[in-house]
Order: sequence, then C-alpha cells, then structure tokens
Amino acid sequence: MSQYILEMVDVVKIFPGVKAVRGVTLKVKPGTVHGLMGENGAGKSTLMKCLIGIYEMTAGKIILNGNEVQIKDTISALSLGISMIHQELNVVTERSVAENIWLGREPLKNGFMVDHKKMKRNTLDLLKRLHMDINPDETMRNLTVAKTQMVEIAKAVSFNADIVIMDEPTSALTTTETQQLFRIIENLKKKGVTIIYISHKMDEIFQICDEITVLRDGEHVRSDSASNLNINKLISLMVGRELTEMFPKIDCEIGEPILKVENLSSGKDFSNISFELNRGEILGLAGLVGSGRTEIVETIFGLRPKTEGRVYINGEEVDIRGPYDALENGIALLTEDRKKTGIIPVLSVKDNTVISNLKRYVEGITLNHKKIKLDTEEYIKKLNVKTADLETAIQNLSGGNQQKVLVARALLTAPDILIVDEPTRGIDVGAKAEIHSLITKLAAQGKGVIMISSEMPEVLGMSDRILTMHEGKMTGIIDRHDANQEVVMKYISDGYKNKEENNE
Amino acid sequence: MNNIQEFLKIVSKNSIYIVLALLIIGITIVSPNFLSVANIINLFTTESLKGLLALGVAFCILSKGIDLSVGSIVALSAVVSASLIQDPSYSAQLFPGLDMPISIGVPVSVFAGVIAGTAFGVINGYLIAFTKIPPFIATLGSMVVARGLAMLYTNAYPVPMLKPEFKSIGQGAIFGIPNLLLILIVFAFIAWFLLNQTQFGKNVYAIGGNEVAAKVAGVKIKKNLVFIYTWSAFCAAVAGVLLASRTGSGIATLGVAYELDAIAAATIGGVSHSGGVGRIGGVIAGILILGVVNNGLLLLGVSPYIQQIVKGSIIVSAVVFDMRKHAKAA
Repeated sequence: MSQYILEMVDVVKIFPGVKAVRGVTLKVKPGTVHGLMGENGAGKSTLMKCLIGIYEMTAGKIILNGNEVQIKDTISALSLGISMIHQELNVVTERSVAENIWLGREPLKNGFMVDHKKMKRNTLDLLKRLHMDINPDETMRNLTVAKTQMVEIAKAVSFNADIVIMDEPTSALTTTETQQLFRIIENLKKKGVTIIYISHKMDEIFQICDEITVLRDGEHVRSDSASNLNINKLISLMVGRELTEMFPKIDCEIGEPILKVENLSSGKDFSNISFELNRGEILGLAGLVGSGRTEIVETIFGLRPKTEGRVYINGEEVDIRGPYDALENGIALLTEDRKKTGIIPVLSVKDNTVISNLKRYVEGITLNHKKIKLDTEEYIKKLNVKTADLETAIQNLSGGNQQKVLVARALLTAPDILIVDEPTRGIDVGAKAEIHSLITKLAAQGKGVIMISSEMPEVLGMSDRILTMHEGKMTGIIDRHDANQEVVMKYISDGYKNKEENNE
Repeated sequence: MNNIQEFLKIVSKNSIYIVLALLIIGITIVSPNFLSVANIINLFTTESLKGLLALGVAFCILSKGIDLSVGSIVALSAVVSASLIQDPSYSAQLFPGLDMPISIGVPVSVFAGVIAGTAFGVINGYLIAFTKIPPFIATLGSMVVARGLAMLYTNAYPVPMLKPEFKSIGQGAIFGIPNLLLILIVFAFIAWFLLNQTQFGKNVYAIGGNEVAAKVAGVKIKKNLVFIYTWSAFCAAVAGVLLASRTGSGIATLGVAYELDAIAAATIGGVSHSGGVGRIGGVIAGILILGVVNNGLLLLGVSPYIQQIVKGSIIVSAVVFDMRKHAKAA
C-alpha cells in the first residue's frame, strides 16, 4: 500500500498552441490539507481539472490508493471519491438547499417520484454532521456567499468523497466566515477526508495546510511540509524572484481638491456621504461586504441613481447619469467583478482595451485602426500584459492579465479620477505588485484615486486617507499616519459583532 | 509541424468557405449545368432578397438579440410601395386615379415603402432599449402587427399592375448583372463597413459580448440598440420594395417565414447566438450555402419536401460544428 492517497505522475496537458502543464507530479498524503500554490497561469486549475475529468491529460498517470485509474469525466471522478468545489459556485439559485445538494440523484419512492421527506432528512443529517447551521428548505438565492459555499462543501461531502478540491474558497468570504470554513475543514480532516486547497491568500495557506506544492509556469517547483516554508520563501518559489516591496507607495504632494461629494445618498444602500478627493491622493474606502462602499462608487459613476446629494468636479457641480457621462467628466472605474462587468470575453485584447475610448479614434465616420493598434501595443507593453497577440480573445488570458487589460482600458481614457474596486482580487502576487505600483504612480502624476479593498494590508499600505463605512453610513476618515489594522477594524465593524451573534 | 498547425488553423478559421467550395464542386460533378452563367445568376437573384434580410438580422444576433419582424416588414414595405405606383388603367387601383409622373412617382413610392418598414425598426429598437423586454418578444409583436397592417392597408387584396419603370428596378440588369445582385453587393459592403470600420460596429460586438461590461465601459446601449434594429428593418424594407418591383405586385402575404431563412443564413455563417461573434463574410457564405443547396437539389430533381429536411439538418449541423470548434479553442 502506498503512503499516498493520490499520486499524479508526470502529468502533461497541451492545449492547441499552449503547454499548460509540463510534467507535474503531485503526491498527497491521506487526511491532510495539501496547498496547491502558484501564480495565475501556473497550471493549478488545469491540473485539478485533469484530476476530476473536465480535461483529458495529454500524458501522465493518476494513481489512487496505489492503483492506476482512468478518469474520463466528472462522473467517474465522483465515483472514485474525488469532488471539486469550483471558484465560481454552481448552484441553482431558485431551488432549495436540499434540492441543490441532491440535484440529479434525488431519493425516489415508488421508483419515479421524488421522496421529499427523505431528501430533507438526509440533508439535515448531512448538515448536522458538518456542524452547518443551514435550513434545508431555504431558497439558495437567500443565502449569503459564505452559506452557499458551505452548501457546496456539504454537496461535495455527500458524494462520500475521499478527496475534496477547493479552488479559492475564501475569495468572497469575510474573516469570520473564513474561520468558520476552516473549522469545517478541520472537521473533514478528522473524518479522514483529504483536501487539496488552492488559494492566493498566504496567511490562510499557513493556517490550514499541512503540505504545500508550488507550481510555476506549468512546472513542479517544490513540495514540502508547510512548517519548512514561510510566506517570503513561498512567494519567491511562486514568482521565481524575491519581491522587494509589496506596497511601493510613493509619497507625493497632495494637490487641489478634484472631486467633492456632498451628502450623497442612494436609497437604502447608503446615506449622507461627504468627502473630498485631492489630486495626488489615494483615498481608501474600507468597509465590510454590504457596507455600501461599492454602491457609493457606482453612484458616483452613474451606474446607480442618487436619491440625494451633489457631486462636484474641480469645483463645478456635475450631473452624471451614466458611465458615459462619468467618462466624459474624466472619471474611470475599474469594477469589482471582472467577469460580469469588466471584460467582454469573446472580444480581442485590442477591442477590450479601446472600447471606452473609441470616440477618440473616430475620423470622419471611420475608426483609425492604425492608431488603435499603436495605442494598444503601447499600453500592453507598459502594463506588461502577457498575451500571444492583440487579436487573442481576452477570455484566454489569466485573471491577472485580464485585469491589466482593464486597467489599460481605464488609463487610455486619460482620467483625472480613477476609481478601483478590489483591484487585485483573485490575481497573483506578481501582478498584484505591478498594479499597486501603477496606482501609486498615477497618483504621483496628480490624479485622484479612490480604492476599495477588502484586504487590510492593501488599504493600509496604499491609502493616504481611509474612509470607513459601516452599514451604509460613513464612520470616519482616518489619516495614513493614524491608521493601523485595529483602528480601521474598529471603525468598519462597530456594532457588527453584536449583529453577527444575533444571527447565529 | 508548425506549418501543419498553421495550415489547420487557417482551415478551421475559414471552414465555412471550404464547405461552400466543396458543395459547389460536388454539385457541379453531379450536375454540370450548375456552373452555367444562367444558373448562377438565377441562384444569386433568388437568394439576394433573403440575403438582404440576413445582413440586417446578423447585427441583431451579434448584439445577442434577434429580429423576427423582418418577414412582415417585407410585406408592409412591398404593399405601401406598390400602392403608390399602380398603373391607373387598372380598374381596382388601391388609390383610384392616383397617377404621379414617373420622375416623382418612382422615388416617392420607393421612399414611402422604405420609410414604412424602417419605422418598425425604430419602434423595435425603442421597445427593446427602454422597456427592456427581450428582443424575441418585442419583434414577435411587431411581426404580427406589421403583417396585420399590411393586410388592413390592402384589405388583403393584391396590389398588382405596377408601372414598368418601377418594375425595372427589381427586374433590370447592368452589363448582364441583375440589379438585385448589385444591391446585395452594395449592402454587404455597407454592412461590412459599419461593423469593421465604425464605432457603431465595435459597439455592436461589445453589447453582444457582454452588455453590462459594455455599459460600464461607456457604450451608449440604448442608442446603439435603436440603431441596430433600425438597420435590420431598413434592410428588410429595401428588400420589400425590391420584391414588389421584381414580382410586379405588392401582396400582404409576401415574405412569410423569410425571417427564418435570414436567421438560418446568419447562423450557418457563424454568427453566434451567444453574441459578439460573427463576420459579414460568413453571413454571405451562409446565404450562398443555403442557395447552393436549394438550387442544387432542384437541379437534381429532388422533392422540395426533402429540400426542407436537408436545410433544417444543415442549420443544426452548422451550429453543432461551430460550437465544437469554439469548445476546443477554449
């Protein structure tokens, strides 16, 4: 009997024109949490998709409990006890928790009718076993992201999976929710379940993982016990170089006020927000998910109607009714949800780059294609976007590179005010540092930047001032020199804890 | 190795033209008459009107919409246009005694027909842009309403006996090339130009690719949607006037199910119903594939019922093939 529950040996996966995985070996011990790390495009997800049968391996072997197995599709993976929780949750939002868990394998009575009673009973048993406090009859739509995540985990466990793969399970969770997830993972581990854990969050990895395997550019770099590694070592293994500074903030002169917001309100989402943004300044916008921070910038950008208040740019009141007006007034927005509101997946890198700026390429009635190409080339180079060519569809790029294209799109409009909402969510450390340095350079050029982020180190490291939000109300503006984790946390979670306890 | 890969890439990218070429070669071998000048001209003239519709509908599909009303718009434009250019010697003239001189009558009737049809596109566009109802529903409604208006306008009687000068538009030819074909070529060029050379075209692709993202990127969604449906109806209206001119009469039942042929041609030509993907070259190839199949089966003496079965199968296979291709690339 092998000491490993799972061995993937010399796995190669070639896509037309791309060698995504080049001979990776992954060995996982039973009952451990095995971290799989690497930058975007390193081949983590591709490797896992080979394991659960979404992709067919070009070469290589999968050995389960010492026996070589053939995994042709997800069904055969599940029957072998391997299941995966994807980064994008796949739920049927209008159906109940129980129906989602047993989807496609509902317990039957009389051979063809769904046995709802039994389904509910099974669900209750399952949720109880996992210490999850969820009502089986609740419609999925009404659950928080964290609870939805838990339902997905329960579903994975319900297949009696020995190996559960989790792809960035915490990317949309708050700190409290993450800790809850970790308790569930500990629980699974005690029951002998093996977990392969993919994440970009370093502190999490060291909190939860027993062993870590690092991939880079489709190749295996190192596998080791977590106790032999630390964050800096891990980062240098992932990127193949030492990152000198994560938040390269340039101290620059704060200039004239450029944007002024007075008593801004939008329905129930937030009310009475007032602040000024100056040239050369990065204003951090901190708050928990649901505190109204995204809604504020959406209102300024015209995506959401304001019910009250005024917005001034360079001292003059403006009436912004849509993104078009906002761009005309020199405001650019990098949205939170890259896939839904950012990229246009089927279009080329070039088309995605210039879409906000087309007006400036119109000569007579035609577009100046030559200038479009030159400008795109310039920005792709400036932002170090990795793409085969400008005509490649943006959906074929990794998350970090997609984000850089969106940054290029915003910059090409030459904005005076740049609003970035979670600019580094789900992108790897290398790209993250590049985007941080870019934002701070833009501020140094005299632009005003508003930055929303859920990552405390990012907010603290980048902002000149931090505006804190709690449940739709502004709770303070903290100067860079007075800000630290505790202070900001206090401002954004005031009263939050009580409410959380009531919910439990 | 690289050369082979490069070659396969080119083949895969242009598979639609290769299919068309193979079809033509195949049919020519079985029925050498196919490549005769007369037959080719006949083929083009038969397909040119549906081709016009396809060029319009392709824009709607590209923006992730659809236009079901174009067949009815053909009828409405045909009867409006015909009613203004009837020969006064016809006893049952729709407007008894109406007899404009040719130099005024022809332009007026063409213009009126085009305006009547295009107006429906403007309505479609506003409905879709401002009420946010799905294009399928909006244009389904206009399809029924436009057909009803055409019936009401003519009392369901044909509007025949059109003046020869009007008929010569659709029946004439320049240097042996039928006017209808020339007009199709001009419209194909305009469609290509709009899509590839103008800001409007880029916006159409962006709206189809991801409407929310396009909006955030500053694309004026409503304005562009109105343009898209207006263009589609304009193409249909021109086709309607030409059809009246070619057949020498305006009938309220003209163009029934034309919208389906137009959608089929665009679809076969690789215009994706998920939006954002498609080329005018493909649409033209799609039109020709349908035309060549129709014409070829006719030459071979195959029953028209079998022709329909073949056509339906081609539509489905084309989409299956196309999706496979894209699934592999992803």
